[in-house]
Amino acid sequence: MAFLVEPLQYGFFVHGLLAALLVGSLCGLLGVYIVLRQMSYIGHGLSHAVFGGAVVSHLLGLNVYVGAGLWGFGAAVLIHRLATRHDMHADAAIGIVTTASFAVGVALMSRVHRFTQDFEAVLFGNVLGVSEHDLVLIAVVTGLTGLVVAALYKQLLFSTFDEAVAQVAGVPTHLVRLLFALILALAILASMQVLGVTLIAATIVIPAATARLLTHSFSTMLVLSTGLGGLTALVGMYLSYYFDIASGASIVLFAALLFVAVLSARRQG
Amino acid sequence: MSDALLVLQCVSAGYASQAIFTDLDLSLAPGQFAALVGPTGGGKSTLLKLILGLLPCMHGSVRHQPQVTLGYVPQRASIDWRFPVTAEQVVLMGRYRHTGYWPWATRADRREVAQLFERLGLTAYAGRHISQLSGGQQQRVFLARALIARPDLLLLDEPTAGVDLKTQHDILHLLHELNRAGMTILLATHDLNTIASHVPWVICFQHGVMAQGPPDAVLTPAILSQTYNADMVVLQQGGLRFIVNRSLAHAHVAQQGALAHRPRRVNDGVPR
Repeated sequence: MAFLVEPLQYGFFVHGLLAALLVGSLCGLLGVYIVLRQMSYIGHGLSHAVFGGAVVSHLLGLNVYVGAGLWGFGAAVLIHRLATRHDMHADAAIGIVTTASFAVGVALMSRVHRFTQDFEAVLFGNVLGVSEHDLVLIAVVTGLTGLVVAALYKQLLFSTFDEAVAQVAGVPTHLVRLLFALILALAILASMQVLGVTLIAATIVIPAATARLLTHSFSTMLVLSTGLGGLTALVGMYLSYYFDIASGASIVLFAALLFVAVLSARRQG
Repeated sequence: MSDALLVLQCVSAGYASQAIFTDLDLSLAPGQFAALVGPTGGGKSTLLKLILGLLPCMHGSVRHQPQVTLGYVPQRASIDWRFPVTAEQVVLMGRYRHTGYWPWATRADRREVAQLFERLGLTAYAGRHISQLSGGQQQRVFLARALIARPDLLLLDEPTAGVDLKTQHDILHLLHELNRAGMTILLATHDLNTIASHVPWVICFQHGVMAQGPPDAVLTPAILSQTYNADMVVLQQGGLRFIVNRSLAHAHVAQQGALAHRPRRVNDGVPR
């Protein structure tokens, strides 16, 4: 037990642990919809797009969170419009919008060198630098996401499974898509500080993919994926502490290890 | 025309700026049971999507009687069979308009599904994952999802594709029962032989209505050849009608013949 308690004497670790737990659960929850919609690339893409928004907001002297969040939402809407109105595959739309967005951030960073250090945390995560303010933001986004997913459970399930028939049945599928894009952008924003834009996608996809291996029930998958997201974040934080490795990487590596273990157990069983 | 359940007037529709059909006029009367037949790419699915409101009109209008509820059974190929849902959960989705605000199904929802499953012979499969059902059971589950919303107009896209002959017959028999109870039905299909003996009204469609009427009047070599741009033959035997694409049949027979007459390989003089 001592090895569990020891790191908790440090305030920065407790903040980081709470933030990672919330972010892991949040990404695990949203990951179910992403994986089942076969849009795993969206998490990867949007997290990069948000980076562009963060740099632009910083340069313009705007609130980075608000700017990056709006940018991410705008990117998600643009992807949706390209994919639905211009007869383009979603993966191509994601590739174009998000890499262009990321490139905007990189271009501006290379032009204005003064804040390169700040954005290393955005790229690779700095869970130990999580402030109380960040923690509150993460908690609010997690709570909001939980509420939206619970309130729109039927609409999200139906439109994820069969969007055309859901629309015929009266589900406001466009509104559902927009709301989902909004909470996804917020979730990515909240996760940036903990995981960094380069690793967010993995925490969205891996717990959901692992949960899918364990169940044939949608509701169970939601619970399992959220739980696995939180668990892998928790274990990853301790691994990061004891092995002195970057927390984002340890969380993702542990999640990947768990996925492989479940896959192997399933094959043998 | 004024008492029609569905009226399409001077409609053009398609994807991006490419029209699949233009200036289409079509109507369905309440209680009509019609099959939409035609070649792949001829616009059958586009027409269904237009009626369902999934595709906007480029020109013209699609109107149906007020308070008409639409039901839709999509092609089986469009379903993700790995999605983690059971047969019962799929049908519960169809209760969307009738169910409460809470995420979980109510007792009334489950009772309704159970009654429908009993009627469709699916009771034993309610808890099964959708990938663990046979093709016919899968089709009936998706039919149940449409039926649970009690539609006035039911549209089905290839409901008999990929299922065996008995299941095809069972599905069409069920559709007949629903139609006798007052439901208007429009199904799109490639399966000319099944609809020839089961559906009372046929609409031949290729980028527009080529002909429509009872099977006797419409399923003729001339109309079918024009619709499919192929040499179609209609054979009558024992009061049944069989439709064959002559060029495909010839190619098939020729291929079979070639296989039958191909010299067998021999090994030590003993035919394998």
